[in-house]
Amino acid sequence: MSAAAAKAKRAVRRPVSIASFAQSENVRRDDQHNEVEMLMPVVAEVFANIGITKNDIDFICSGSSDYLIGGPFSFVTALDAVGVWPPMPESHTEMDGAWALYEAWVLLQEGEIDAALVYSFGRSSPGNLNEILALQLDPYYLAPLWPDPVSVAALQARALIDAGKGSEEDFAAIASRSRKDALSNPKAQVAHDIPVETLLRDEYVVSPLRRHTLPPITDGAAAMVLAAGDKAREWSDKPVWITGFDHRIETHSLGGRDLTSSPSTAKAADVAGVADGPIDVAELHAPFAHQEIILKEALGLDDGVTINPSGGALAANPIMSAGLIRIGEAAARIASGQAARAVAHATSGPCLQQNLVCVLEGE
Amino acid sequence: MAERCAVIGVGQTHHKSKRNDVSIAGLVREAAKMALADADLTWTDIDAVVIGKAPDMFEGNMMPELYLAPALGAVGKPMFRVHTAGSVGGSTSLVAAHLISSGIHKRVLTVAYEKQSDSDAMWALSVPQPFAAPLLAGAGGYFAPHIRAYMRRSGAPEHIGRMVAVKDRINALRNPYAHLHLPDIDMKMVEDSMMLWDPLRYLEACPSSDGAAAMVLAAEDSLSGSFPPAWIHGMAMRSEPTMFAGRDQVNPQAGRDCSADVYAQAGITNPRAEIDVAEVYVPFSWYEPMWLENLGFCDLGDGWKLTEAGATAFEGDIPWNTSGGVLSSNPIGASGMLRFLEVAMQVRGQAGEHQIDGARRALGQAYGGGSQFFSMWVVGSDKP
Repeated sequence: MSAAAAKAKRAVRRPVSIASFAQSENVRRDDQHNEVEMLMPVVAEVFANIGITKNDIDFICSGSSDYLIGGPFSFVTALDAVGVWPPMPESHTEMDGAWALYEAWVLLQEGEIDAALVYSFGRSSPGNLNEILALQLDPYYLAPLWPDPVSVAALQARALIDAGKGSEEDFAAIASRSRKDALSNPKAQVAHDIPVETLLRDEYVVSPLRRHTLPPITDGAAAMVLAAGDKAREWSDKPVWITGFDHRIETHSLGGRDLTSSPSTAKAADVAGVADGPIDVAELHAPFAHQEIILKEALGLDDGVTINPSGGALAANPIMSAGLIRIGEAAARIASGQAARAVAHATSGPCLQQNLVCVLEGE
Repeated sequence: MAERCAVIGVGQTHHKSKRNDVSIAGLVREAAKMALADADLTWTDIDAVVIGKAPDMFEGNMMPELYLAPALGAVGKPMFRVHTAGSVGGSTSLVAAHLISSGIHKRVLTVAYEKQSDSDAMWALSVPQPFAAPLLAGAGGYFAPHIRAYMRRSGAPEHIGRMVAVKDRINALRNPYAHLHLPDIDMKMVEDSMMLWDPLRYLEACPSSDGAAAMVLAAEDSLSGSFPPAWIHGMAMRSEPTMFAGRDQVNPQAGRDCSADVYAQAGITNPRAEIDVAEVYVPFSWYEPMWLENLGFCDLGDGWKLTEAGATAFEGDIPWNTSGGVLSSNPIGASGMLRFLEVAMQVRGQAGEHQIDGARRALGQAYGGGSQFFSMWVVGSDKP
């Protein structure tokens, strides 16, 4: 599709607004609550923010992964956090909540419904993420070798250094800035002000990745309400609109990809129209510090763009929710007047295999 | 305003207890290539891929869509993964259809699968969880008490379940892709099979299958293929909570609401008279009479009478599961999509030996969880 055709297509999309967003505290281990108990206050808050109830919602979509708790169907009982009685139209994706948001946005495009609830949750603490995420890899040729996610990400970081696109100092600078910004994020799990020189004295976890370049292990949940038509104005004086939305995937084989670039992000950005106007804020789902460099290039962001003012996934990385949270954080910057136009990004799979791009605008 | 959407290609594997000849990627490709060929398209014609399967623990691959992206020609495209328990094959079809009806894409490939021989579904369903009652006996153990409740309420005689088990296996003899081909099946054989979960005997339960299903869905201006399109006349999903004392698990409200929604969209007021053929998720024999009532094909308590009178048989006035249904092939994640796919085949006139002559409108239904997730569509040969 040509850029002009993509732009014409975006113009006919139905405007959908992010009417409300809420997230839990992000913590290393929440063993006092099950998934339903984690979600309930978040769902209550996302409704209370705009004074609605589940009866105002036409469709529900959630994102989560069974594997995090080591059982089938963790999303089934999670639905009890909403209390869908009488029964409701509802769907679930085994992807980050950002993709659940995409599914809801697609339905809203048809014009038959006006409001959707999206939520996601991830408890990483019950299991061992290094073992669990190895099971995301090709089950015949990769998973049997149990490559852990840090080692896989280290391959990418090494390739980035070898290509001259980044250095260990650059990675440390991203980590330092992100966690410093996280000091103003009450939901952050890891927030501190540590200079780059100090960070570079960290031991390697897997060379060239030192501890500070890794995301924390997080338990957390998030929820969002989408509105279209009259409800968008009814629920907000200054709606935050989704003006571009797309996601793309790359091949799985790490050896078949240039790990220093992200063509899927670039393609999604193109379809979503990131370059149609100036970007003030970008919330990028870059669990490992070096991935911000790759995403910044793929999205065509210049140095004037504020990246991850929330601290990003380096401040809190609740798997399956961290992408949805990026969109919520970006929307919050627009709602507060700090930004006029923002881009939010979510990722899935090893070394940024799959990427989603959402463009948000105020009025 | 929603765009019209039609099924223009279908494909499925030969379902078997063990497909050791293919990897998971090979399995899904087999169905996908067949669907593309049916639509007279190639991989490059597809805008997006939507894949569904039941719990990841069944094969031990977390989020397998990542690994399957290249095998399904999804590289550089949007790839979306759906998981709504047993109804997932149906929900996956609907998520794909919405990508068309919303005007976002023109042609979408949708695929669902399960490779049960790589796994142990019984084990995966039985992992103890904190705060939750264990499901130690698998799905049959969960559903058997609800079947008993249905029998008590309706006064249905014991042999009804066996009749469904025999009928669907006889139908499967007409379907070359079905897993179970039991030419000698009869009431005695079912009665002599082992009791698994009272009142369900071994031959009243679905098999464990390896298999995949695929469809190509297209917008009105992007039709192709030699068979006529199967137009979607209505589609809906409904969910209700697992743990809620007010639930009726024998006749779930979510199923009633879902069918009412689909019938309203399709303009159907009398399902028994207006639906020519149906593929309904019947993993355990007794779910045929239970769903006959839930789907409004008869009054409450009368479902078993329709089964007993042969109304749902191949020659009956409302043939159900002429493909042999879930009782004859159960690649879990794909089982719901097979229902949706089979009814598309019926209205396109491509169902071969199990084709119902003149089928113009058909219902596909899937359910999952503890009878709490429903997905349905009505397809027809006429443009809606």
